[in-house]
Amino acid sequence: MAGIKNTLKFDWILILLFLSLVSIGWVNIYSASYSESGGSFFDFSNIYTKQLLWIFLSFILITFILALEAKFYERFSSIIYLVSLLTLLGLYVFGNNVNGATSWYLIGPASIQPSEFAKAATALALAKYASDIQTNMDAFKDQLKAFIILALPAIFIIPQPDPGSALIYVAFIFPLYREGLHFVYLLLGFFAAALFVGTLLVGAPWIGLLVGLIAMGIFLKNKKQKQKPSGFKYATIAIACISFAFSVSYIFNNVFEQRHRDRFNIVLGKEIDTKGIGYNTNQSEIAIGSGGWFGKGWTQGTQTKGNFVPEQHTDYIFSTVGEEWGFIGSLGVVILFIFLIIRVLVLAEQQKSQFARIYGYSVGAILFFHFFINVGMVTGLFPTVGIPLPFFSYGGSGLWGFTILLFIFVRLDASNYYYT
Amino acid sequence: MRKFLLLFIVLVTAFVFAGRLFYLQIYDTSFAKLSENNAVKTVYDFPQRGYIFDRNGALLVQNQPSYDVMVIPREVKDLDTLAICELLDISKDKFLKKLARAKRYSPRLASPMVPQLTKEEYASLSEKIHKHHGFFIQKRSLRDYEVSHSANVLGYIREVDQNIIDRNPAYELGEIIGMTGIEKQYEEILRGTKGVKYIQKDRFNRDIGAYKNGVFDTLPKRGKDITLTIDATLQAYGEKLFTNKRGGIVALEPSSGEILSLVTAPYYDPGLLVGRERSENFTKLYYDTIAIPLFDRGLKAEYPPGSPFKTLTALIAMQENVVRLNEQIECRGGYYYGKRGRKLGCHEHKSPINLQGGIAKSCNTYFCTVYKRVIEKYNTPQKGIDNWRNHLVSFGLGNYLGYDLPVGSKGKIPNSKTYDAKYPNNNWYATATISNAIGQGEVLLTPIQMANFTAAIANRGWWVRPHMIKKIQDHDTINKKFNRINKTSIEPKYFDPIIEGMHDVYRDGTASFLKIPDIEICGKTGTAENFKKIDGRVKQLTDHSVFVAFAPKDNPKIAIAVFVENGYWGARWAGRIASLMIEKHIKGEITRKDMETFVLNGSLEEEYNKPYAGGPFKINQ
Repeated sequence: MAGIKNTLKFDWILILLFLSLVSIGWVNIYSASYSESGGSFFDFSNIYTKQLLWIFLSFILITFILALEAKFYERFSSIIYLVSLLTLLGLYVFGNNVNGATSWYLIGPASIQPSEFAKAATALALAKYASDIQTNMDAFKDQLKAFIILALPAIFIIPQPDPGSALIYVAFIFPLYREGLHFVYLLLGFFAAALFVGTLLVGAPWIGLLVGLIAMGIFLKNKKQKQKPSGFKYATIAIACISFAFSVSYIFNNVFEQRHRDRFNIVLGKEIDTKGIGYNTNQSEIAIGSGGWFGKGWTQGTQTKGNFVPEQHTDYIFSTVGEEWGFIGSLGVVILFIFLIIRVLVLAEQQKSQFARIYGYSVGAILFFHFFINVGMVTGLFPTVGIPLPFFSYGGSGLWGFTILLFIFVRLDASNYYYT
Repeated sequence: MRKFLLLFIVLVTAFVFAGRLFYLQIYDTSFAKLSENNAVKTVYDFPQRGYIFDRNGALLVQNQPSYDVMVIPREVKDLDTLAICELLDISKDKFLKKLARAKRYSPRLASPMVPQLTKEEYASLSEKIHKHHGFFIQKRSLRDYEVSHSANVLGYIREVDQNIIDRNPAYELGEIIGMTGIEKQYEEILRGTKGVKYIQKDRFNRDIGAYKNGVFDTLPKRGKDITLTIDATLQAYGEKLFTNKRGGIVALEPSSGEILSLVTAPYYDPGLLVGRERSENFTKLYYDTIAIPLFDRGLKAEYPPGSPFKTLTALIAMQENVVRLNEQIECRGGYYYGKRGRKLGCHEHKSPINLQGGIAKSCNTYFCTVYKRVIEKYNTPQKGIDNWRNHLVSFGLGNYLGYDLPVGSKGKIPNSKTYDAKYPNNNWYATATISNAIGQGEVLLTPIQMANFTAAIANRGWWVRPHMIKKIQDHDTINKKFNRINKTSIEPKYFDPIIEGMHDVYRDGTASFLKIPDIEICGKTGTAENFKKIDGRVKQLTDHSVFVAFAPKDNPKIAIAVFVENGYWGARWAGRIASLMIEKHIKGEITRKDMETFVLNGSLEEEYNKPYAGGPFKINQ
């Protein structure tokens, strides 16, 4: 064992990026949560003190993760996945309701959110399945199995309700695509998203009319060129699109709650609202916008101090960065995240084992999705979706979830060199 | 392709976010302003305005507390219009109008709703106002006038309006600014520095403590006191003497240029422009277009100076060496000039007459003769008149004097261009301008310019710029321009005969009845014709009574110019007033009680009403 240890090569760039994000994150949580009237630094009722504890505990966690053999993760991935599913299901029995969502186990003073850990478990399970020599990603049956692996945790998470956390599972389409999933699935995804937004913007009948006209156009064009037109094929696609548009309309109006509808409408510019549901985003934009080039300085943010941005130490932590560190500071954080994601993706490509590669790709995709949706939301580009900014947002489960996700990959990557 | 799709999307995202951040933080500055508005509340602590003292340390103006009902429109809730209108004692229309205006100014900042409550009103309101959300009472300090005179000198203050704020963003609604007089001139000094408190607010608009621990907060700094050169006693006496008369007095201390007294009549009590009655009183004063009480005659009125100007004609003639001191000039009841034998009349006096006698008797012929010589000394009248003008300019005439009050007039001393424009082909001669010799014609002076040249004569050839400021608290010096000695272009030796002539005016001349025991006075009477446009027609009114004087003859303590509108001949009103003022200043008391009584009881109101009574009227009665 000693010999192996000596030849393990951890990717220090990843570790440094992790450390800098975590520490910058904590500095901003401190600013967002401290108050002059608050207790002493070591008072554990302080949010920043608690987070500091989580960070130190995560170091112990990292030591464990790195101490285990790489093979362990591959071998036990199914078990980890199953345990993870059980913890998600267990919420419906033992879970506690916090802020309207039954996403938590309360154990003494601590609370644990299993959905934060399910991401790493799912990534392991997917990597295991997809790297199996018998799995053929071109076969519909195997595609369906992979889809079920991804969908199960998401299906368990949605009714908690926590649609934001479930949304993240869409990220797995990227590692699957990388491993040979047909391009059409990606296109379908983008097309569905475009239809979705289009329907909300102009309404289902108009989208239906547009789709019908395009299908008709292609059909007639092909007929003219004396190709044998398959009218049935185009009609099916058109009808599928139109029914999708109408179902979006139906879901939006009948399944979504008003707050969800509002969030979409505000981002799509259909409603102007600065007091009610758009308040979060509006205040967040004001906080970021008031930062200017260099920001107001650490703990000097007036919006941050006045608690104008709700949930600022959790989902909206990036607005503190924007206000107190300005354009330069927030751009720096964006660049750090981009570096981290790219580094993960580049290392994933270098993995000799398919398992490590798929896992690494999943890690990159998940981190990217979190970053993309969170910063997009905080800067007012996307509707409000309650997911945290990795390594930045306050919360032990979140921090540990991302730490486990990342450091399993660091461990796998370290063995990559060992095997060569 | 499969390898790079996600990398590509990640990089695009990086650029999109960078662009979005740039837009929010750099490009669109409205967010920064929104932040200042909703997170930090600015509260001002208005300073006390500086006090104003007279030259002897008597307090003229101090402050009194005043209470304003303020409103913050955004915080107005559950408004009971009827109840609040009743409480504030204003009409519903007015209330709604004021509320709308406050909202326009800023929904977040306080605007005055009912300004300047009395202490009694404050006492009753302060118990009830808290029931109305968004309204509160703010304490402020108002001017408290210790004297009922000198309104024209002190000036008035008012609350800034939106126009003033637009021009000078240092002011806030509800703040006060000096509009005229000393209050305006020394605004920067009297105003003080307002204190600022920045208060951090939370999202519920609650105060949660000082912004950045108060490092930007400042304490208000009280305005600095200033001491004026005005003598309050003399000033009050001057205004009293002008009871039922219109005109002005400017009294200077010749050696220092200090303005001892600056009276304009009709005058008003400065206290009228304080408190709730302010706007009503101001409107009344402002729209009095006949008596024009807001018009400071001592500084702004331009009159033909009349005979006192002859002293300057004589000085220039001597300096230009066109007349000998003892040269006798014959007067045949007037000055004859021009080809057709035109005549500028003179009055009865002994003839021939020399310079000193000419001044004492105010002989028109004498001064026209020497004036013509001055102009004709040069080969063209243009050169002659410009040279003549230069001498006058050295007495501070023909332009703003540069004193420290915000209003004034240039007066007028004609030059060659004035006449070139008037006569075709620049074809004119000294005689065309002959009226200038006796202070008529194109010459116009303000009373303060007259006082200034009188002071220059008293000083035998120099003057100090007239000024109001004597001392500013915590300042060692005043503006240097008020200490500088300005030399006239006339050599000192030429002044003595003029002064003797002016002394003779009192001894046995036109003002001999104005003698004051034990004081050697030098003076010169004047009578200025004047015309006024009434109902579109220019009519000649009774002459203005003009008098300039200084005393004592040696080491003069006071130089004075007095104008009494339509007062007829010089000694009649202006001379008497000047004489009483001089005695008051030098002796401190009046020995000639009958003269004082005569002046105090004298009224020219009948004279002023004549032109407006309709129908023809007689002048110079």
